[in-house]
Amino acid sequence: MSEYGILVDYEYCTACHACEVACKQEYKRPAGKHAGVKVIEEVHQFPGGGMDVVNYPLFTKGCNMCRPRTKKGLMPSCVQHCMAACLEFGRLEELAKKMGQKKRISLWRP
Amino acid sequence: MQDTQIIKTTTWSPGPGCHGNCGVLAHVKDGRLVKVEGDPEHPWSQGRLCPRVLSMTQYAYHPDRLTKPLKRVGERGEGRWEEISWEEAFDLLEQKLGRIKEEYGPESVLFIQGTGRDIGGWIRLLAHSYGSPNVVYGLSGVACYTPRLMSMWLTQGDFCVQDAAQWLPERYEHPSYEVPECIIVWGQTIQATCPDGFFAHWIVDLMKKGTQIMVIDPRYSWFAARSKHWLQIRPGTDGALAMGFLNVILNEELYDTEFVEKWTNAPFLVRSDRNELLRESDLKSEGDSAKLVAWDSYTQDLCIWDPDRAQYAPSTAKPELEGRFEVTLKEGSSVQCHTVWSALKQRAGEYTPDRVSETTWIPPEKIKECARFYAKSKPAGIHWGLPIDTVPGTTYVGQAISHLWCVTGNLDVPGSNVIARYPFDVITYPYYSKGSGLVSLSAEQQQKRIGTWKYKAMRDFRDWGHPDTALEQIFTEDPYPIKGAWIQTSNPIAGLGMDPKKWHEALKKLDFVAVTDLFLTPTAMIADLVLPAATFLEKDSLKGWWVPLQSINKAISVPECKSDIEINLELAKRFRPDLPWSNVQEMFDDLLKPSGLTYQELRDKEWVMPPAGHPTAPYRRYEQGLLRQNQKPGFTTPSGKIELHSSWLEYWGLDPMPHHEEPPYSPVSTPELYDQYPLILTTGRRRSVYFHAEHRMIPWLREQEPDPLVEIHPDTAESLGIKEGDWVVIENWLGRCKQKARLTPVIHSDVVMAAHGWWFPEKAGEEPSLFGVWDVNINQLIPMGCNGQTGHGSPLKNMLCKIYKETDHV
Repeated sequence: MSEYGILVDYEYCTACHACEVACKQEYKRPAGKHAGVKVIEEVHQFPGGGMDVVNYPLFTKGCNMCRPRTKKGLMPSCVQHCMAACLEFGRLEELAKKMGQKKRISLWRP
Repeated sequence: MQDTQIIKTTTWSPGPGCHGNCGVLAHVKDGRLVKVEGDPEHPWSQGRLCPRVLSMTQYAYHPDRLTKPLKRVGERGEGRWEEISWEEAFDLLEQKLGRIKEEYGPESVLFIQGTGRDIGGWIRLLAHSYGSPNVVYGLSGVACYTPRLMSMWLTQGDFCVQDAAQWLPERYEHPSYEVPECIIVWGQTIQATCPDGFFAHWIVDLMKKGTQIMVIDPRYSWFAARSKHWLQIRPGTDGALAMGFLNVILNEELYDTEFVEKWTNAPFLVRSDRNELLRESDLKSEGDSAKLVAWDSYTQDLCIWDPDRAQYAPSTAKPELEGRFEVTLKEGSSVQCHTVWSALKQRAGEYTPDRVSETTWIPPEKIKECARFYAKSKPAGIHWGLPIDTVPGTTYVGQAISHLWCVTGNLDVPGSNVIARYPFDVITYPYYSKGSGLVSLSAEQQQKRIGTWKYKAMRDFRDWGHPDTALEQIFTEDPYPIKGAWIQTSNPIAGLGMDPKKWHEALKKLDFVAVTDLFLTPTAMIADLVLPAATFLEKDSLKGWWVPLQSINKAISVPECKSDIEINLELAKRFRPDLPWSNVQEMFDDLLKPSGLTYQELRDKEWVMPPAGHPTAPYRRYEQGLLRQNQKPGFTTPSGKIELHSSWLEYWGLDPMPHHEEPPYSPVSTPELYDQYPLILTTGRRRSVYFHAEHRMIPWLREQEPDPLVEIHPDTAESLGIKEGDWVVIENWLGRCKQKARLTPVIHSDVVMAAHGWWFPEKAGEEPSLFGVWDVNINQLIPMGCNGQTGHGSPLKNMLCKIYKETDHV
């Protein structure tokens, strides 16, 4: 499983938090505790007054990349439900190639 | 897991709360919902789901969920209830509502609904069966989408939405679709929920495909951070900005001349003495008042436009777009006339970028640059939000913005604002008066609809009672008393009602209040009877807003909860035993007739989309005669043209052309109040985890935002001694509430953005607490009864306030 990862096109994460709830539903995790993913909402302020509003889905130690689902050919629950379709599951090598074509993107191997 | 059943259905209201349409796979084991997943094969949502739908297991089986009818046994609001059976509940309703009907007439009961839920048609069935014309959407000035709908209807005779290929099963890949070059996101945190039959993240899909975004928002929103242009507008001045755009587009001739000449009423003559369209009946005694007049440049004489035949006489006419002409009337006198286009140019001419800049706080150069960017992008679209509705001048804001897509030809062409109709003309949620009822009402009863005597627009567009007038009438009893209220999945004390203490007083004054809901809300707490409604997973229904046409299929049962539709039909039959439907499916069969499908056939197909060439599917229907009943090219307006000068507004005695009206409370209109309350208060922004006043009891959702937050700019907060996380009092001359300070540079330093819809399900429900609603409900700072000349619009997002630190914790 270690050759797989999740590509996060965080430019497009709108902080809808669907990934978090999808994960908690899938693994019956309670509110108040982290599951496999957590979205951090940030407003960056730069010198000169520039700003950016960015949301970062962070994958935690609790993420198993939905092995029970991917074994059945399903997408990880967060990937499938992501409203912005900004998460992609796949082989690290292929995802890394896609990464080269785009900015504001990160690759996770939780 | 072999015994897990997967049931396909689609969302709408109870549960996620929203306007729905997402494809859902409900995983059910031993009759119990174990999981909800998105349906990857569904063309609308393509497998995606929002956190509110993904929380359905927590929602459906929530311990606080209402599962039995509750009858009040103590005083109103005391919170003492007796569980009763449905039979007893219907008996009680029949008796209580029957008595009001007998003593005062059926118009004395209000049937109150909330935002676009799966009850719009059914509550009307109940009201009309009972005999009341007073279906009331309780939001002040019906200031959610209806004003925009009416402005579009006035101008185009139909409604438009941003085209994201939603009518095409293959979506963006379909060869007839074009990715828009530009989309204006006009005043909406659209990604948080999916408004008005639109899946918000389609705009994100299109951004990935190259669409550039322009954002008009007082906040530096997520979209603003990814936009080509961001216009930080002063709340409530969107009309001025739209007029400023028109100014630039008309002055710089950036409009689509061919479209304007051929498809709009721009060449029609307007009598300068009355500011009314010149009609054939003005010219000769046997003239037809439906026929309009233009100046033929070819014959240098008048020519007559016949809307029925969709042609000029003479047919060779080449009408002048601009000019002033002297016309001899039938009495022999002469009158000065000008074309609609000349008048629009003059009107728009008043809104110079400099003047608009003063009004909106947006630099004049930016206004020019953005007007050019929109007008030169082909195709371009506009997705608009609540700020269009939330000013008393709303009708003209909507009119000005729809003029933008009309004069640039961005209408019903791929990627633009396309005409949206009920799919196959199947009406599941009536938007306007035609075809709005399963049960018709006598003309005599219709005339008693509240507010129709005050607002001609409310009389002629969408058969709802006027909410602000209805609330007032509870106190004045003029022209007739209001004695009862049926409130269905709506919560005016916590969410829908402005001036909620007035709503509270009004509801307590009534003889009988029945509430249908899924949880005990602050509003349900003061009812005499509360009925437990079903979520979308527990009901059969159908959906066609705007596309596809699809069935909602019952996946689970929660004991004794009934769907809104079943409740409405069963109660309606108590007053109209002759109704022809023995169950809801039979009613659905009747509604589906225009599609040629039965309900069972629709269920088997899951969803259907009208094919190209059908009047309810895009594109360019006006060219093909697909819009009008007589199958002539053009639009369904009275003239068959896009009406830049609105004949409906003229008929109502109102200004027929767009303009800007300053908000009623603002630095400009009330400088003395602004001295005392120096911050502009805006509210209503969505979060993806809540739908208005719902979901605070759902653990997976509440953990994302446990408290009501008011956004304050850090500089403003510093000057007020407020720190991140402080509880602060927001106050004005109408009332006050407390929220938690969220310091953020995304908000303008003179504006604060408060959260709406808050109450605390975990706090005491009985009076006076009502789940702590009075501590935090921002609507206490917003009035009822402050509407425009059409009855539409209300200053929900542009009030004034002051803020100070509250040491006393809520």
